[in-house]
Amino acid sequence: MIDLIQTYWKSYLWSDGFNLTGLAMTLWLLVLSCALGFLLSIPLAIARNSRNPWLWRPVWLFTFVFRGTPLFVQLLMIYSGLAGIHGIRHSPLLWSFFRSGFHCVIVAFVLNTCAYTTEIFAGAIKATPFGEIEAGQAIGMSRATLYRRVILPSSLRRALPAYSNEVIFMLHSTSVAFTATVPDLLKVAVDVNAATFMTFQAYGIAAVIYLGVTFALVALFRRAEHRWLAYLQPQTVLASPRPKELPC
Amino acid sequence: MLNLSVNDLHKRFGALEVLKGVSLTATAGDVISIIGSSGSGKSTLLRCINFLEQPDAGTVSLNGEEIRMVTHRFGHRVPADPRQLLRLRTRLAMVFQHFNLWAHMTALENVTEGPLHVLGLPRKEALERARLCLDKVGLDGIEAKYPAHLSGGQQQRVAIARALAMEPDVLMFDEPTSALDPELVGEVLKVMQQLAGEGRTMIVVTHEMGFARDVSNHVIFLHNGRIEEEGAPDRLLDESRSERLKQFLSTVRK
Repeated sequence: MIDLIQTYWKSYLWSDGFNLTGLAMTLWLLVLSCALGFLLSIPLAIARNSRNPWLWRPVWLFTFVFRGTPLFVQLLMIYSGLAGIHGIRHSPLLWSFFRSGFHCVIVAFVLNTCAYTTEIFAGAIKATPFGEIEAGQAIGMSRATLYRRVILPSSLRRALPAYSNEVIFMLHSTSVAFTATVPDLLKVAVDVNAATFMTFQAYGIAAVIYLGVTFALVALFRRAEHRWLAYLQPQTVLASPRPKELPC
Repeated sequence: MLNLSVNDLHKRFGALEVLKGVSLTATAGDVISIIGSSGSGKSTLLRCINFLEQPDAGTVSLNGEEIRMVTHRFGHRVPADPRQLLRLRTRLAMVFQHFNLWAHMTALENVTEGPLHVLGLPRKEALERARLCLDKVGLDGIEAKYPAHLSGGQQQRVAIARALAMEPDVLMFDEPTSALDPELVGEVLKVMQQLAGEGRTMIVVTHEMGFARDVSNHVIFLHNGRIEEEGAPDRLLDESRSERLKQFLSTVRK
């Protein structure tokens, strides 16, 4: 066990000497897909609540398809499936992009997390107290200002607990990336297992690292909630100096 | 010279005609109270004046500028020029029955929001103006608190400060004390009385007959979407001609 850690700790954490691997690759996948998914989901969530069927129907279909099928299937279709499509294989631009396993993984992850995030944000936008919207209209806010200053800030805050769940799910979902040859944490564990046959230890180390990242994410989101959801807390809790004294 | 004139407003919700042709005029310094039983159209009238509800017919004009309306493709009437509407709304401030403060902003942020992001004032000036307004409604020292951490009376006074910070031509109040505990009503009415004393133009939908009598210079009694009777408060409240008004007054005075 000690030998195994001494030999492979660098690969588990950040590099096998040539590439970004292990935890660093997993975090890079997580940050990239969550960041892009977040940015895309905001306009989609607004469109999802539109009264115009030409806007909300396509978004509904998109979230239905990507929430209705397993991420692994989506990745296989993009990574293995697209290569079989003539138009992509023979378009130099598209093929140079989709030839890379990493690119395929990012596309699959972004679309998947974007679909879930869109529904989370769309629900929060829908639940904006109507009085707060009217108050904005009554002082002459334009629609854009209303979204920018009232609707989005309040709904993104309210969506924070649900969104933190989505980020943790996404962290765990990054483990399917190894099937597309991306050297993430699980890929390192698979390789270590193949090299040493210490199966329990090889996967166990990966599990402990995943657990550690989850713990850090939970702590991070708790801080964020303490800061941005302060207006929902009772004042006695706000008065306490440290966020860890939150009752939840 | 300030002049808000509302002419022959009609509004229906489906089969229910809530306003059946209501007109009113306010000039600088007027304090108009609108009274009437629930369902008489008081709130709808107020909400039609700043187009939170779109009137089906009739006109609203401020200082001679009429809000142009067009018929939307589904048959209802909407303001023709959104920018003209936004301009009107910055001149007419509204205080709501349920305060409608922005819950994620502190008291101070609620008040600076309009000056900063609607009027486009520089930050320093907006802050100065907001502090002045909070001071005026007797709320210095609660700047950093969120609405949920304030009492109902304090919340409503923040809402009044938010309206004042727009430096509007007309202040409209939609039953500002109806959602408050009886012992908190006084602090809000006092602020409103003080504002009226400064010569501000106000239109107040209210159930507070004392306020209507002491503070306003004109009272309108709405019944079933029409003005049943209107006039100076003493005349209207003491020597009402309309049977319905007498009936209404006897129930609220009980």
